[in-house]
Amino acid sequence: MAMKRDQCLKVLARHRTDEVVVAVYTAAQEWTHISASDLNYTFIGAMGQGSSHALGIALGRPDRRVVILDGDGSLLMNLGTLVTIANAAPKNLVHCLCRNGTYETNGAVATPGGDIVSFTGFARDAGYRRTCTFDRLEDWDREAGGLLREEGPIFVELRVEPGDHYPEDFARLYDLEYRERFRRALALS
Amino acid sequence: MPSGAGDRATGIAMGETALNQVLRGDALIAAIKRAGIRFIVALPDRTTSEHLLKPLLADPQMRVVQVCKEDEGISICAGLYAAGQRSLLLMQHTGLLDSVNAMRGIAVEGRNPVCMMVGLLNKEPGIAPADSKSYGVRVVEPVLDALGIAHHLIERPGDVERIAPAVEDAYARSAPVVMLIGTEPL
Repeated sequence: MAMKRDQCLKVLARHRTDEVVVAVYTAAQEWTHISASDLNYTFIGAMGQGSSHALGIALGRPDRRVVILDGDGSLLMNLGTLVTIANAAPKNLVHCLCRNGTYETNGAVATPGGDIVSFTGFARDAGYRRTCTFDRLEDWDREAGGLLREEGPIFVELRVEPGDHYPEDFARLYDLEYRERFRRALALS
Repeated sequence: MPSGAGDRATGIAMGETALNQVLRGDALIAAIKRAGIRFIVALPDRTTSEHLLKPLLADPQMRVVQVCKEDEGISICAGLYAAGQRSLLLMQHTGLLDSVNAMRGIAVEGRNPVCMMVGLLNKEPGIAPADSKSYGVRVVEPVLDALGIAHHLIERPGDVERIAPAVEDAYARSAPVVMLIGTEPL
């Protein structure tokens, strides 16, 4: 079973208060429409690096909650990040993995490891405080608010599939003006 | 004066002179602090581990984030910048070469002032990187030039004074900078 990704993100948006949200690739394209905010950070710029940007923000602003919307293809490119994050142990970081089993942005080719790889197992053994998986919207909706407030680092696997289509706008994701807006908004908050 | 005392005095004088001619880890750390840096992101580098990274790990004024791969470090520094913090990435030149795409996308195109201190493993003392017998060392500066990243060779004690201004310049320009450590600090 899998959740429509945009529906899954809409659940998160309903529970969002003032969290910083770092997002990559397709999740970022959809998130900027679903939950527009100057506290969205999409300026990742290289493969698999979203969670590392999020860790920097979380360490730099321990008073703010930081959520990363990662992808399984991205995480496979940067698996060491799980160990780095667990070792740094930011209490304010929630690491969400949108798992769809494909490199969706680059032609929807299947990721290696398919359904066998246990990302929650990796995260748990790396030392995350808690890991969990959701594949039903009602379960995710029930738990999301609490997970956003719980002491981290937390790893949340979201089993997703494409939902409604949202326009791709990579120029927006990497626009430095939006990055400066993010810096100003975070500095003022 | 007994000859032994004279020899000791000469020895002390020579020792102080020699000490003044070597790159010192504590001087590097003082320069890093003068640059307003309190976050260190690091992988061990054979040139700097003993007298730079290990003291930094033990320094209560500094927060050291140990990473598994160098490109993670570039991204963490970018995230820290977004959060209003200065940071420095310590790595070996092999790690820098492995991180070219991250430097391209995050540091240069992303206009992030990622400051890097990079040990030139196997560089011969007193020999310019371009003249090293090590292919890996020889290509570092041309790669940085191709990426358009400013770099400074830190090898003699006086070079340490270039660190804080280089960091200031990086943040003023929102652009990366690399300090190449040309010899093992003591």
